[in-house]
Amino acid sequence: MISNLETAENPEKLKRVVIEPLTRVEGHGKVTLLLDENNQIRQARLHIVEFRGFEKFIQGRPYWELPVLVQRLCGICPVSHHLAAAKATDMLVGVKQITPTAEKIRRLMHFGQTLQSHALHFFHLSSPDLLFGYDDEVRHRNIIGVIEDYPELAKKGVLLRKYGQEVIRLTAGKRVHGTGAIPGGVNKSLNTDDRNYLQKDIKQIIEWGEDAVELIKTIYHEHPDYHRDFASIQSNSMSLVNARGEHELYQGGLRARDAQGGDIFDHVDGVRYEDYLCEAVKPWSYMKFPFIQSLGQEQGWYRVGPLARINNCESLSTERAEQQRLEFMPLENGQPVHATLATHWARMIELLHCAEAIEQLLHDEDILGHDLLLKGDMQARGIGVIEAPRGTLFHHYEIDGDGVVQKANLIVSTTQNNQAINESIRQVANNYLSGHELTEPMLNQIEVAIRAYDPCLSCATHALGKMPLEIELLDADGNSLSRIRKQASGEICLGR
Amino acid sequence: MTQCHFFIDGKDIPFHPGQTIMDAAMTAGIYIPHLCHNPDYEPTGSCRLCLVKLNGRYVSACTRPAQAGGKVENQSEEINQQRKTLLQMLFVEGNHQCPGCEKSGRCQLQAVAYYVGMLSPYFTHFYPNRQLDASHPEMMLDFNRCILCGLCVRASHDGDKKDIFAISGRGIKSHLVINSPSGKLGDSHFNAHDLAASVCPVGVFLPKHKGYEVPIGQRLYDRQPISQVGDVAGQNKPAGRS
Ligand code: SF4
Repeated sequence: MISNLETAENPEKLKRVVIEPLTRVEGHGKVTLLLDENNQIRQARLHIVEFRGFEKFIQGRPYWELPVLVQRLCGICPVSHHLAAAKATDMLVGVKQITPTAEKIRRLMHFGQTLQSHALHFFHLSSPDLLFGYDDEVRHRNIIGVIEDYPELAKKGVLLRKYGQEVIRLTAGKRVHGTGAIPGGVNKSLNTDDRNYLQKDIKQIIEWGEDAVELIKTIYHEHPDYHRDFASIQSNSMSLVNARGEHELYQGGLRARDAQGGDIFDHVDGVRYEDYLCEAVKPWSYMKFPFIQSLGQEQGWYRVGPLARINNCESLSTERAEQQRLEFMPLENGQPVHATLATHWARMIELLHCAEAIEQLLHDEDILGHDLLLKGDMQARGIGVIEAPRGTLFHHYEIDGDGVVQKANLIVSTTQNNQAINESIRQVANNYLSGHELTEPMLNQIEVAIRAYDPCLSCATHALGKMPLEIELLDADGNSLSRIRKQASGEICLGR
Repeated sequence: MTQCHFFIDGKDIPFHPGQTIMDAAMTAGIYIPHLCHNPDYEPTGSCRLCLVKLNGRYVSACTRPAQAGGKVENQSEEINQQRKTLLQMLFVEGNHQCPGCEKSGRCQLQAVAYYVGMLSPYFTHFYPNRQLDASHPEMMLDFNRCILCGLCVRASHDGDKKDIFAISGRGIKSHLVINSPSGKLGDSHFNAHDLAASVCPVGVFLPKHKGYEVPIGQRLYDRQPISQVGDVAGQNKPAGRS
């Protein structure tokens, strides 16, 4: 497929544009479609270049640098990597349970992070599709359009994100790429000024969180059939839950359920992830395809992230978010919800939950404590599992007797959603694109499906709704029938 | 003892005969940027950062004796430009990824760079391939950040009387070596409380199993510039050692 794109058969008939952002690894997405002689789509593939380099270059570094180094993998959810690495290094330094202050500060940091990441995704990246429709004019279908038409909503999005980042700043030292979590604990707690500062606005943040759930609920119910069917796929789901089966973002056991909600495994210690999960490699993609071992590669792929978490949990520990979950679950009469676009709804329930959980923690005296750090007996292997905004995240490190990293394995959420995103694209391609000449709104439908998962590739290039994307229709012999490219600048190029 | 006077940027500075420009400036609380200088050890004038003009001619402040009535230029744009260029060269010769470095915020090289307004390394990075030495149970050496100031060499020789460190090679091939059968720190007589461990102005000497324990905002140079806070070595001095 890639070689076909490298050397076009009739270059003189093609419009040629140099796509400069393609040289950047993150944020580049490509979808390829294959057609049979009846113009029916036979193959659809998403290609993403992943961040594999990190596992290599941290080899040879001392383990205590990991939480600070590895978080640089991402600019949107660095706290998830910071905390997953910190949890793995807790294990390396032989600390099974960090102090209550350390754990609550880390949780606070993580709730702040998930709040800001979900706000960014919903208000900045997805609201243009949701408010204006996938076929709105390209020039208008972006955050600038939202600011013009819904200034109050855009402002809420900005301020929600800002609040989350302030929580991060006060717990990690900086809004982006701080140092708060260290092996065995944290390097700071909050003082009363910090706490008062965060308490000042939290009521408002909760209100706005609730407004956001109401908004997505209304949007969903305006076109219930479209939202239920679009890019919808039946999948297994995996997430962390706590001992009571409640929604959990920081510490818990792994739960996997099948498409009907039946248990595949439950309360599995993340340290044993290799006994339950495998990663398949496919020649056409840089990104691996994780699957549940017991179900095999064909049946074992699964979904992670907000929808999987809300589907998998028995309840949420905060009142308003739990109320919203109870309204959400009847969508499929108590069965797991597989509507990909319902992920936006689930994400906003989580945003509300984060805001409420922050309020609870701000009333907890432990966050002002001074017992920050523990040390134990060094171990050679450390594994940290956390629920990042986009889904379950695994960090696995092995060190030598000198404390130097020998091996690292990171399984990020987007990788775990790889097959699910591909399946959603196939569903859209089959139901909405098959047999048609491609147009820009059609192309955007593919993006709408991808965007629902909030994959990490959107971090850098999707900031203004400008994910560089290429779709090509090939007949069964591999001849190009139609090609459409959208550059990062937003410009659309059609060609043969 | 007789007291004489000279001038730094027009300010009257007293000194005792035998004192260098740097000694007198430090006593008077005047900051002259420097990296390889530590008042506890013989100056070598090797980093060239303390470049000043004495009566119109370039001299290194740490080695040049103060001269009665001398006029020293320290804070001129021209001199700071030279210092900035020197720092830019130091940054590209090693591997300095400050954002992930444990010493960030309490590193003298970084602090001096901020002080003279260095905003980018400017030159092409060398990206040298240097390995860590993690063989010692308590101290790790990250040679990626070594600026060859020679302070650990002097402290080990003059202070600890151990001669554990030396600079070997010439020119661009110069590098820090360790006096032990395997060339590894773990095989040497090094002790984590040695003076040599406390004088490094950058992030080469890193106590093991500790990292980032000082939160952002409370690190040495987070709130005040190096001209007010002083050197890293001053803060690190082991208790009871002069
Ligand atoms: S030693 Fe100093 S200058 Fe070098 S990377 Fe560390 S903080 Fe930056």
